[in-house]
Amino acid sequence: MFEDLSRSVGKRILDFTAESGRMTMLWLDTLKHLKEANLKEVVRQMALLGADSLPIVLITILCTGMVFAVQTAKEFVRFGAGSNVGGIVAIAMARELVPVLTGVVVAGRIGAAIAAELGTMKVTEQIDALRVMAANPVGFLVVPRFIALVVMMPLLIIFANLIGNIGGWVVSHYYAGINTFSYQNSIKELAELYDVFGGMIKSSVFGGIIAIVGCYKGLNAPNGAEGVGLATTASVVLSIILIFITNYFLSILIFV
Amino acid sequence: MNKEIMIKIRQLKIVFGDKTVIDNIDLDVYKGETLAIIGPSGVGKSTITKVLDGLLAPTSGSVIIDGQEITGFDENAWNEIRKHMGVVFQYSALFDFLTVGGNVAFGLNQHFKLPQEEIDAKVAELLDLVGMPGTEELMPAELSGGMKKRVGLARALAIDPSIVFYDEPTSGLDPVMTMTISKLIRKMQQKFNVTSLLVTHDMESCYECADRIAMLYKGKIVQIGTVEEIKNSSNPIVKAFINGWEFKEEENDGSK
Repeated sequence: MFEDLSRSVGKRILDFTAESGRMTMLWLDTLKHLKEANLKEVVRQMALLGADSLPIVLITILCTGMVFAVQTAKEFVRFGAGSNVGGIVAIAMARELVPVLTGVVVAGRIGAAIAAELGTMKVTEQIDALRVMAANPVGFLVVPRFIALVVMMPLLIIFANLIGNIGGWVVSHYYAGINTFSYQNSIKELAELYDVFGGMIKSSVFGGIIAIVGCYKGLNAPNGAEGVGLATTASVVLSIILIFITNYFLSILIFV
Repeated sequence: MNKEIMIKIRQLKIVFGDKTVIDNIDLDVYKGETLAIIGPSGVGKSTITKVLDGLLAPTSGSVIIDGQEITGFDENAWNEIRKHMGVVFQYSALFDFLTVGGNVAFGLNQHFKLPQEEIDAKVAELLDLVGMPGTEELMPAELSGGMKKRVGLARALAIDPSIVFYDEPTSGLDPVMTMTISKLIRKMQQKFNVTSLLVTHDMESCYECADRIAMLYKGKIVQIGTVEEIKNSSNPIVKAFINGWEFKEEENDGSK
């Protein structure tokens, strides 16, 4: 029994290591083919992956900003720190909540779509067809998606921060009775532009993770419709886990 | 017949895990001929074409295409030789993000820098040839199975290849369409003198367009000969296969 257990643990570790290695190779391969990017395709992917994600990102972050204010505003007022709520909400949003939650939402919406699209191409031999027609699947499919997400994520973040703070202000003002001037003033006092920039850098990295994981899972989808389903689920799960882990280290690197 | 050898396969072996799919086969394809490889499903017919167009590295053996040893080729070397290769995939493998015209023009754009008018003219000519004039703007999803196959054929022939691989070009088609496609393959070969390797288990289509037929069974070539020789074969495996009988192994040893 012990032998079985150690064998299965060992196999999992080996599989995990092999997969990490292959995914790293895809990262490097993508960077190597970056120059070959077809501008038209990059712009198309930017619209598809970035701009079209704006509504769902805005709704998510608006609700987050509001609920964050619900939980903090009255408590802060009770301790006589009501004048700091604006800054607290702004910092928490800019540094952590907006980049991570946007990452999670985009991983769910776009990571899944990328894995499903490339997975379908794989199982219908379109990837093979690209190769026999001398088109490198990495340069042709992965690079435009990678560039699109790395560029568009930070842009999404700007809008998300704006809407998140508006949500926080609405709740603080109408629910906890904090006046608008004091709310705005505390944002100016406590938060810095660096907080937003830091969040943008993070989200750019998350965009890269989502693109590479989605493409990797799609390009390596097992055969059949079931394979595409598995690839899609796996890409979302892995992207989200990697986003959380990377976020911890990026937070230390950027903000500590 | 011109006996110049276009594709020379020696001791080709392909092993997946512990399963030997292709077991040390030798095969010559002469310039300008259509050689059909027949055999039951799952016998490794398509695997051979995957080796010949560089999608799969063989386990061992030698393959010489047009005088070049291709085992050990890297992707760049492959892309060079692929300029002269057309591949028709089993499920068409049309790029579903491109129009019919975009699909047919893909290889031309990839390999040659041609003016747009010339590409458009070539695309129109090919679509006309496969009996689908004026369909450039349609998307693959709007096409029937037979139409997809014909577009796949036009796409493979667009670059004026000297070698074409057909992977089950008639599977899943009605008898009329099967004959149409088979006649088209014949026409291509006569018109452009292309060397063709046809993988199929459709005997009618095989008799229509092949010059020679090789029967693959359990990783070995059990018989190779002209259409007439195969039709009148005394080999029990070949006889059973072409007549659609069940082959009983215990009654025969399966050798030549």
